[in-house]
Amino acid sequence: MTSKLNEKQLVDSPPLTNARGNHDEITDDLFVAAPLNLALQEEISKPSVSFWQEAFHRLFRNKGAVISLVVLLLLVIVALVGPSMNEHTYRSQNIAHSNMPPKVSGLEWLGFDGKNSKGIDVYETQAVEENYWFGTDEFGRDIWTRVWKGTQISLFIALVAAALDLVIGVVYGGISSFYGGRVDNFMQRIIEVLVGIPNLIVIILFILILEPGIRSIILAMVITGWVGMARVVRGQVLQLKGQEFVLASQTLGASNARLIWKHLMPNVMGPIIVTVMFTIPTAIFFEAFLSFIGLGLQAPLASLGVLIEDGYKSMRFFSYKLIFPAFVISAIMICFNLLADGLRDAMDPKMKR
Amino acid sequence: MTEEILAVTDLHVSFKTQAGMVTAVRGVNFNLNKGETLAIVGESGSGKSVTAKAIMRLLPKHNAQISQGGILYEGQDLLNLSVNDMQKVRGSEIAMVFQDPMTSLNPTMRIGKQIMEGLLKHQKLSKTVAKEKALQMLELVGIPNAKERLEAYPHQFSGGMRQRVVIAMALACNPHILIADEPTTALDVTIQAQILQLMKDLQEKMDTAIILITHDLGVVANMADHVAVMYAGEIVEQGTLDEIFYQPQHPYTLGLLRSMPNLSASRSEPLIPIPGSPPDVMTLGTGCPFAARCPHTMKVCHDFLPKYTHLSDSHTVMCWLQDERTPSAQIPEEVGSVYE
Amino acid sequence: MKRYIVKRLGFMVITLFIIVTLTFFLMQLLPGTPFTNPEKLSDSQLQILNAKYGLDQPAAIQYFRYIGNLLQGDLGYSFQYEGRTVKSMIIDRVGPSAFIGLQALIFGTIIGLVLGIVSALKHNTILDYGAVTLAVLGMSIPSFVFAALLQYYIGVKLEWLPVALWESYESTLLPSIALSVTVIATVARFIRSEMLEVLGQDYVTTARSKGLGEAAVIIKHVVRNALIPVVTMLGPLAVSIMTGTLVIEKIFSVPGLGEQFTLSILVLDYSVIMGITLFYSALFIFVVFLVDIIYGFLDPRIEYKEGGQV
Repeated sequence: MTSKLNEKQLVDSPPLTNARGNHDEITDDLFVAAPLNLALQEEISKPSVSFWQEAFHRLFRNKGAVISLVVLLLLVIVALVGPSMNEHTYRSQNIAHSNMPPKVSGLEWLGFDGKNSKGIDVYETQAVEENYWFGTDEFGRDIWTRVWKGTQISLFIALVAAALDLVIGVVYGGISSFYGGRVDNFMQRIIEVLVGIPNLIVIILFILILEPGIRSIILAMVITGWVGMARVVRGQVLQLKGQEFVLASQTLGASNARLIWKHLMPNVMGPIIVTVMFTIPTAIFFEAFLSFIGLGLQAPLASLGVLIEDGYKSMRFFSYKLIFPAFVISAIMICFNLLADGLRDAMDPKMKR
Repeated sequence: MTEEILAVTDLHVSFKTQAGMVTAVRGVNFNLNKGETLAIVGESGSGKSVTAKAIMRLLPKHNAQISQGGILYEGQDLLNLSVNDMQKVRGSEIAMVFQDPMTSLNPTMRIGKQIMEGLLKHQKLSKTVAKEKALQMLELVGIPNAKERLEAYPHQFSGGMRQRVVIAMALACNPHILIADEPTTALDVTIQAQILQLMKDLQEKMDTAIILITHDLGVVANMADHVAVMYAGEIVEQGTLDEIFYQPQHPYTLGLLRSMPNLSASRSEPLIPIPGSPPDVMTLGTGCPFAARCPHTMKVCHDFLPKYTHLSDSHTVMCWLQDERTPSAQIPEEVGSVYE
Repeated sequence: MKRYIVKRLGFMVITLFIIVTLTFFLMQLLPGTPFTNPEKLSDSQLQILNAKYGLDQPAAIQYFRYIGNLLQGDLGYSFQYEGRTVKSMIIDRVGPSAFIGLQALIFGTIIGLVLGIVSALKHNTILDYGAVTLAVLGMSIPSFVFAALLQYYIGVKLEWLPVALWESYESTLLPSIALSVTVIATVARFIRSEMLEVLGQDYVTTARSKGLGEAAVIIKHVVRNALIPVVTMLGPLAVSIMTGTLVIEKIFSVPGLGEQFTLSILVLDYSVIMGITLFYSALFIFVVFLVDIIYGFLDPRIEYKEGGQV
């Protein structure tokens, strides 16, 4: 009960904590009217930040996404420059130098010591002067060159596939949702059937018809790949179409073109970018997957999937052949996924987890 | 003589944000008497809901912190209770009703079960007795076919009915205090009146004290015995309903009242809005938070926070206009004249 | 409810019919012949073989015959293995695939749930970051890369588990683990974000305001509500396991459907490719259907309306 008594006293005398600033400093001349200018007050409030500025700001605060972006840029640079860093090409064979383990002078402690699985330094026994950084395969092809050439090809396939998905998906989803009604109904039935088929099977069937090659891999992936994008775009547009700002703009007599470009597009952009970012690693995965089951590129062309398949076959004695391409593909996939996650969080603060 | 049941003293609540610590509640004091209704009024962001949640100790643990002050419930400081003891207070001594009945019920649990939960926990009733009690509560709050409705899910109710369920849930254990955080804001106007009437009736039946948090002065006029006006985390004026409505002293209270439509006023009398917008609590200086929007601002207001002036046992106001050094020319007609 | 199910079943049949038709005519476009070493066969031998399998008929007739047989449960004969029906091949092969698939699904779901729930409850702590990192790795590293590394390190180097083949229960473990990685990652990410969403809901605060203990709030209100939508992940998970079996059975020499499928692709055994394609599609469609029904039971908010929309 004592606390209650204390409480009473507090109410009787004004609580001291309530007064901020040293009240002894208050002089009488302070008691004159001094209204703040309202225009000035508006200035005090925060400067307005556009959606994109804020999204970028949030993205760059996300350490995982920033690191991923940097690593991806580095990987792309190395993939472009790597193959020309020595005189080997991805197809030049040198049977005398077959199955050389990786060797980098200075990095011996990391396992780049040129020793094979029995612990013998092959470079010494065969008197090879040159160091193969990632070793060589059974035809004596330089794996460093092949890995980066393969990265180029894998990235190329993924980027082109993602770009085609983007175009087809946006057009299809846009038309379907913008016109609505019977058009939408019909277009949705098609999508429902396509979604009903496991897309990997469709991809495999198409590759069988088209003959393996970069172009057919891309085509096969795009045949089902655009569906996801179309659904995202349709969902977003339908949602936006019902919102008041679009209705308001329509009421004011905005043209369709204006509606699409000024109101729908900017708001659909975020989800589209995020979807593209998730499409790229999926495409890289499918390409590698197809190569791994033998439906990939034809030798001597190499993608990361082909290299992994080659490496897997001789993994027992030459594990380095598997490890380098496996590492690069994993790094690319991780970075794209993290970047996509970061973008999604940045674009949609409500989804921030 | 009225008996005091809750006293909040010098309550400070701060939040950790990405831009640093923000103090959302900056020294709040008020008392609540048994069976009475205290309305806390203010614009959104003024710290009303934070105050309510602080009393229940329901603020998110990871970023909110009660940095100062006390919350005395029947002489016991709730802030000193262990987590377990606090759970015994919640629901059985102090219960809460939230703003949006659409989201404040668990969508996948039958409402009977949701009402029973508190009973099972606090009153250690058997399931059948608890169910019986839940049924009574549903009938009490005026849900037709209560017996069948016990087995229904929240989505099968309309908004008003849901809020009745929420109230039934809150009052199931006969709490001494009911904190209602904007209980009618999300409802249609006609339903609002019903819910308010229901709360009033139940308050009489069960002798519950109510803390009503709202921004709607109409609701306040209907329900409250005492009123506390909050602005930017501080109670700038508090008093009985009559004192606040008929003798408002703080320019902000005046502004609020002037911006409220009044049926008896003549048509030509315009509503007068308060200019500007509520301040960002992040950028508040040391002065009176209302200074920037106040029509009677003086130099002193910008840098010094006024002390409380006690105009009566119940009526307190925090404003420099009450200071004897203020030249009388500066004091507007409506303010200060009342008590002379 | 009954109407809804009938309607859905009807739609499933139509979808399957379209898939049959599409795959059939795609098969017609395939290059090469399905007979092994066709260059060794004389023209007359080829003709006899074509006649035997009905390949000399026009495509339309072959199609109607295929549909007719299909309705009687007959998927035709393998081109590669003389006299073997596709149906018997699928039946022989489905067991091991189902076993490692289900084992991976169960194992992966349990681990994924635990990981996701813990990480949501310990949001923004080391535990959370650890679980999220694991999940990103699991999502990103291709299953066959992981399988190959697993085989090399656990099987070849450490010799803890059999490297490959289908001999004992132990030999099912590595393929199941390899398959479950994607499941773990997917489930963990999903349940984590569901949990975080539910934790922010008003009704959780309501539950706390009733004075319930933290454990009761988490179990009765948060986890329960967060678990319901996890059912919807079954469809995508089934696909990822099917995809996974194609390569993982190859890596670990599991005598399952996936291995048969990849083999048949390489030798262009049309009828087996078609048979397995249909089997996978039917399975997938059925899983999606099942998920919708189960979801309707679990979430009281969902009512089956006339329109067939869930």
